[in-house]
Amino acid sequence: MKHRSFFWFFLPTGLAMLLFIAMPIVSVIIQSLYAPHESVLITVENCGPFGCTEETTIDQEATRALEEAKPLGRFVGLDIYRDRGHLAFAELREAWQSGQGIRGVIDTLGNLPFYRAITFTLVFTFTVTPSLIVLGLLIALAVNSLHRHLKGLMIFFSLLPMIVTPLIGSLILFWMIDSRGILGTALQSIFENPDLSLKASSELTWLVLIIYGIWHSAPFAFVVFYAGLQTLPSDQLEAARIDGATRWQQVRYVVIPHLMPLVTFVALIQLMDNFRIFEPIVGFNASAHATSLSWIIFNDLAGETRQLSAAATTSVLTIIGVAILLSPVLVRTWREYRGSYR
Amino acid sequence: MKGIHSMIASGVALMLAASAASACTISARVSIVGNEFPAIQTIGAQAKECTGAEVSTNLTKDHQTINVPGMQGNPAEYTSAIIANSSIVALMNEDVIRPLDDLIEKHGQGLKPSQLITIDGKVMAVAFMANAQHLVYRADILKKIGVEAPRTYEEMLAAAKMIRDQGIMENPIGGAYKAGWGLAQEFNNMFLGHGGRHFKAGSAHPNINTPEGIKTLEMMKSLSEYMNPDFLTHDNNETNAEFRAGNVAIMNMWGSRAETLVTADGVSQEVIDGFAIRGPMTVDGGTTPASTLWWDGWTVAKNIPDDEAEATFIALMHAIRPELMEDDGIARQAVWLIDGYKPTSASAGVIEAAEMKTIPYPMIPYMGLLHTALGNELADFLQGKESAEQALSDVEAAYRAAAKEKGFL
Repeated sequence: MKHRSFFWFFLPTGLAMLLFIAMPIVSVIIQSLYAPHESVLITVENCGPFGCTEETTIDQEATRALEEAKPLGRFVGLDIYRDRGHLAFAELREAWQSGQGIRGVIDTLGNLPFYRAITFTLVFTFTVTPSLIVLGLLIALAVNSLHRHLKGLMIFFSLLPMIVTPLIGSLILFWMIDSRGILGTALQSIFENPDLSLKASSELTWLVLIIYGIWHSAPFAFVVFYAGLQTLPSDQLEAARIDGATRWQQVRYVVIPHLMPLVTFVALIQLMDNFRIFEPIVGFNASAHATSLSWIIFNDLAGETRQLSAAATTSVLTIIGVAILLSPVLVRTWREYRGSYR
Repeated sequence: MKGIHSMIASGVALMLAASAASACTISARVSIVGNEFPAIQTIGAQAKECTGAEVSTNLTKDHQTINVPGMQGNPAEYTSAIIANSSIVALMNEDVIRPLDDLIEKHGQGLKPSQLITIDGKVMAVAFMANAQHLVYRADILKKIGVEAPRTYEEMLAAAKMIRDQGIMENPIGGAYKAGWGLAQEFNNMFLGHGGRHFKAGSAHPNINTPEGIKTLEMMKSLSEYMNPDFLTHDNNETNAEFRAGNVAIMNMWGSRAETLVTADGVSQEVIDGFAIRGPMTVDGGTTPASTLWWDGWTVAKNIPDDEAEATFIALMHAIRPELMEDDGIARQAVWLIDGYKPTSASAGVIEAAEMKTIPYPMIPYMGLLHTALGNELADFLQGKESAEQALSDVEAAYRAAAKEKGFL
């Protein structure tokens, strides 16, 4: 394509990307470097139904003057990145110097909101993504070998978990696994332990969230792999069968290599999706046991006092996290592209 | 279909009759955002009776997250936010509500002085109801074990132990300990009951890692041992559901929910008959109840034209007119601060809370940040993962980081 026609062809997409992707990122980065002005506090008398008290309040006129002079707030550089709510450098240094060695640092990490959240996020991402790829492949192979009259129905049912809105799906499961719910009671009688509660222990809550994540996303992998199976050249399979390949060998040496580009695609999308895990934590009321970066952003914005700069900082850290996570896959795709171009 | 039609018709007729009885005419748009409990639904419905211009309401549990953004624009989307003593602070901090003195002089006859929320000499909100958390219990169960309604948390624990030991209920105590706002609120109650103060006098420095703070956490931990093991996921709704299902015998619950607690479908007769309320309990030999007093009130937005502000004020004055107190159904919905309100049986707990000199929830600019930090950091202690000192020092550290960012420290 000529450069000129490429330019005009790309212009609308480029503009949209600039407007909807680049600008918000720039705005979030700027927000994370600024914090609100120091509040000018005054003591005043407040009266209400329960009598009068001396209380502290914000001096609106003085604060407004500050804001008008510098509408962005005060520049704090990377201070918010370094504070306890985010990368917590001071706390980590202190733990390192406390003389308890690596054990002390790990304990401190487990106590800092950002590192707690990233631990759960990474465990979730790296257990759910491979599991759902394997499960999705198994379902696709199973459905593909069904009689054609049954296929349509089975595809529909296999897709259901993905159709359910994550928040609703997790809420429904939340009630089912309640110690008085149908699954919770069933588990209690299976394990003969009337005190068993999936919601009361962190480990079990993590397990439930991971199972939910696989349940919810496996249909996506299934539908992609199923589409891929339809393009499988039948002569290759026949040749393999004539050579005496077992069903497992056919899958291992013919089907999986054929689907490999799709596996990369599903892994890419799901790594991104699972890294942003949010709704299940809200739906399962799991914030006492498991948090994620997205949940921290939500929590900063949902309090009575909104912390925009803290939320912006966590957003930037999330973007960096996604970039690091995707870099191996992206590098590989780029190499393949370069290879095929030559 | 016919049934629905006639219902709508009679509903419309009723509304017409009501608006004819006490006319309310406005000349500009009114838009109200607020919480969704029954008393506030009534306020919204009453304001909508006004004619002459459009009155819209958005009553939702998430009002706190949308009221500030919805009032920051100019002109603001919402002309009024219904708030409480905790949430007015966010509106004050962002400077989005206007002083009401001129409007009160013009249209505010009939307001009692105690309804006026005055900050630095200016009226910023009009309160219409009071609220507090207080004791809700099953009189029949307590009779069975032969004790009176507990007046202290120590008595509550003793009663809970008896109920469990006698095999009546496995987890007799209810508590809205869901990690987040509710858990932090239960800490606040217990902390004030122990005589604690959240901040060092006259400053934004936190003051919770104290002997009072540790005793507070220890008491919460003891209580949680008699709660449903899932307590960290239970908010007010789930705790009430446990009470309705007959699984809970004693709990600390909001007065505004007392009236509807046993009216839901499927509540057994036993629970309905045994349901009883009392004022809040004290703790550790103190005299200050381990609870907080609240008022709910309405405000008028700052960034709107004067005619809209006036219309909003008129519509909301109509919504809290004293004649409403003659309607028994409405009167039972809350402890109204409106002239002409006569206490009902559902109000006994809140009124006793006020008489016992319960401390109002602190109306301080940085209290919201401390509340958020408490809600995030206390769950570890209640799960037995860390010590009380560690949990409290985590709360203070989390609060300090947030307060520094917001320019309070």
